[in-house]
This record gives sequence, C-alpha cells and structure tokens, in this order.
Amino acid sequence: MGYNNGNNDDDEVEGIVHVVETEEGKFFFERFQIVIPGTLLGKGRFKAGEGCYRENDDFYASVVGLADFREGFIMVVPLEGIYIPKEEDIVIGTIMDTRITSWRVDIRAPYEAILTASNFLDKPFSPVYDDVRDILSIGDVIVAKILSFDRTRDPILMAKGQGLGRLHSGRIIEIRPTKVPRVIGKRGSMINLLKRETGCRIVVGQNGRIWVSGRSFEDEYLVVQALKKIEREAHTSGLTDRVKDLIRNEKERRHKESE
Amino acid sequence: MNNVTLVRKEPSESLFREDGLRLDGRGLDELRPIRMEVGVLNNADGSAYVEHGKNKIVAAVYGPRELHPKHLALPDKALVRCEYRMATFSVEERKSPAPGRREVELSKVIRESLEPAIFVYKYPRATIDVFVQILQADGGTRCASITAAALALADAGVPMRDLVVGCAVGKIEGKVAVDLSDVEDKLGEGDIPMALMPTKKVITLLQSDGDFTPEEFKQALEMGIAACEKIYEMQRDILIERYSKVREEVAEEQEEE
Repeated sequence: MGYNNGNNDDDEVEGIVHVVETEEGKFFFERFQIVIPGTLLGKGRFKAGEGCYRENDDFYASVVGLADFREGFIMVVPLEGIYIPKEEDIVIGTIMDTRITSWRVDIRAPYEAILTASNFLDKPFSPVYDDVRDILSIGDVIVAKILSFDRTRDPILMAKGQGLGRLHSGRIIEIRPTKVPRVIGKRGSMINLLKRETGCRIVVGQNGRIWVSGRSFEDEYLVVQALKKIEREAHTSGLTDRVKDLIRNEKERRHKESE
Repeated sequence: MNNVTLVRKEPSESLFREDGLRLDGRGLDELRPIRMEVGVLNNADGSAYVEHGKNKIVAAVYGPRELHPKHLALPDKALVRCEYRMATFSVEERKSPAPGRREVELSKVIRESLEPAIFVYKYPRATIDVFVQILQADGGTRCASITAAALALADAGVPMRDLVVGCAVGKIEGKVAVDLSDVEDKLGEGDIPMALMPTKKVITLLQSDGDFTPEEFKQALEMGIAACEKIYEMQRDILIERYSKVREEVAEEQEEE
C-alpha cells in the first residue's frame, strides 16, 4: 500500500528530531509531546497502548493527545473523545425510558445502558404489582456501576450498594470524559483537594458527569470554576497547585467583597 | 451533439495575465491562501472551519454516537454518515435549499475518502456523523471539505490512521495547474480532485473530469500530492497549536508569579 512505498529509507525518517533508544527499539517523541493521528511514534518491538496503533514494526498515534512510554507500551493519552463504557466504571446516568422491569439509561456513550429493577431494588420486584415508573421516572439521575459491556451487548448497570443509587439534590456538571483522570488526579489528589477546599460532596462519573453538592451556591460555584480550569488545562503540569491557588484566591476575593 | 459547448469561452478572455501568472496572481503550482481553525462549534463533538481561497467551509462531527434508526446499525463496525450541503447564499445565484444530485454525490465521495482513515471497527453498532456546510463556494469545495472534515474528526477524538487532505489539480489552457478557482474550473479543460492520507501515502479519492494525456495526468498527480502535503502541514500545525497555546499561557502565568 502507498504511492511511493519502497522509497523511504527505514532509518531516516523525515522531520524527526527527538530519538530515544530503548531495549525494545527507538521512539521519536518527548514525554507528553502533543501528537496527532498518523504521527510516527516509534519503531521496534513495543506494545501498542491506548491511542496508538501498529503497522508491522511501526507505531503511530491514532488520536490527538499526549504521547507517553510506559513499561514497553507506547500510548497516547487522548485530549478529545467520547466516553466508551468499561466494566467496573462508576458513571452518572439519566433515565431516558422505562420498560416493564427495567430502565434505559443515558450514560453519554454510543450505547444505551440498561438498569434492571433487580439491580436497583433490594426487595423482589414483580411487574404484576409494581410499576418501575413509581420507583424511577424519566429524567431521574442515578450513580451506577457498569456490570458488563462488550462489543455485542449494551452495557448493564448496577445501582445498589454503597455510593450508588438515585441522586436527589445538588448539581451535575459535564466535562469532556477524556479529562476525568485529571479531575481525580494521582491517587485522588485533585478530587480530595476540591473536596477539602470547598467542603462540597463530589461524585465523579467516568463518563464526564460530575455531581456536586455543597452548603451554598457559592461553594458549588467554586467547584465549577475549578473544573472548568482543569478541563482547559488538563495537558499542562503543576495543575493541582494552580487549582489550589485559584480556589484560595477566589475565597479571599469573596471574603473581601463581603466585608 | 459533441460540438455543443456548455460554457462559451470569450476568445479575448485568457486565464493567464500578461506576466504569465494566473488571474489571481498565482503560479501554476501555487495554492490559494488557506486559513484553518478547529473547535469552532460548541455543540459538536468536533468541528473545524476552513477558508481555502474564497471557499468558506464549516465541518462538524458528532460521535461515535447512538445510531438511529437502529436497523442501519452494522454489527461489526461504526456507520460513517456524511452530509455535504451548500448554503443558499454560497453561490452567486441563489441555490435551492433542497439537496440536489450534486450534494448527494459529494456527500458520498467525501464519506468514502474519509472512511479508510477512521478505525470504524472500534465502535460497532454506533455511528459517526460528519456534516459539511459550504458557506461560500469558489471551486474545489469537495477537496476543502475533506480537509475540514478530517480536522473536525481529529478534534472530536475519533481514532484515525492518519489525517486526510484534499486538493484539486486541473488543466487550464493546456497547462497543468494546482488548486483551480471557480473561473479556472469552469473555463479550463479539466479537473482532478484528489484526497490522500499524507503520512501513510495512500490516495483515498481520485476523480477526473476532462481530457488529460498520460503525461499530463502523471504531472497532475505529482503536483497534487505536493500540494496536499503543504496543506497537511497546516492541518498538523493548527491541531497542535490549539493545545500548545494553553501550555504557553500557563507557562507565562507561572513566570509572572
């Protein structure tokens, strides 16, 4: 394939400045360099991680993102993209429709999720006597875990257990799902900072929906401001400190205004 | 019937100026000025705006998302749908807003030139919708649309083998020239729109309208590939710039402190 294949010298790849040699081969990027689909990332016996694909011994980026090399894997941390369900993920969903013994839930994925009554209620559910609409109606918001999902079947949800179930108050903020790992931070550093500094209760869904509930609108708005900053600057370093500064400065400013 | 000419060329009219350059002052292998922007629409998952000469094009990508109606779903891969549409005010004489034969055909052509680049097997039963709106047309819209749509796809985070770039090459007054404008397209002898994946070096669209000798065709192909590669560099820079800009801003902020 290709209109001038064979002309390319294997060792001389045009336009490449940065070369790092490892046991497995060579890769051509600095850590966290911004790459685009089709960028040649490496040649050798690597493994292709997320956002990366392999053709013979060449590894290319498949999405816009930050290139990284970890334990033999070449991968690209995506900067854009939709949510794809994964088993064990915690997501925040909206009830879209009811069936006789189940609900159809929008989880912001290309596939509509199913929550059966038995996966939400602790007691047995009988479609003869009970109506699912009395329990959850269209528009209700739930925190759920994905029980199962694969290429051929729609995701099945579980919404009973600790931290799962219907949400009654608070607000939902939507961010791009690819930025969720940044909102959580390394070992939860970012999310713990947000909770500590604002005093809000926060639930982060892997699908980019974030539930916030605080004592006042002002507290919740602080979280919103912080989330917007994290979303915009997700691909920069030292973000946790800057978010901390943002919240503290904002609190100080408000304090002065109220005096 | 063979002697009927649809567009009559005035004998005095030439597509070249006295100094040998084209009417808009370009050389034979020169592109029109191109400007690109990504992320222009808030409601789309990915979007791009491209100005290719006087062409003004907005592309929006939605998805991968749930496919409706469900019976169109493919069990093993995502369905790529593309809609190319010209605004009523995009051409000199008002264009009827109803989709015409040309628009349906171009939608198909654009879809087929983008699809080889997309990893459709990652999203079975889903759909990827590409919408291309021509705000102003001035020749070579299908190629510029492909350029814009590829940018929008990358902006949406759809996994792709490579970007796709489009560019046309044509023949005017016996000379092979790159990136024809509307006048040159209408009065010239031929037009070869093409699209390719530049780092993979794979051609995904190649059409031909008019008469070309084998030598001319070969020359046109080479010129087209070179032109596409120039446009690709712009595509690459604009995609990277969007994020590197934020990084620079943050670095500046930190220096100030």
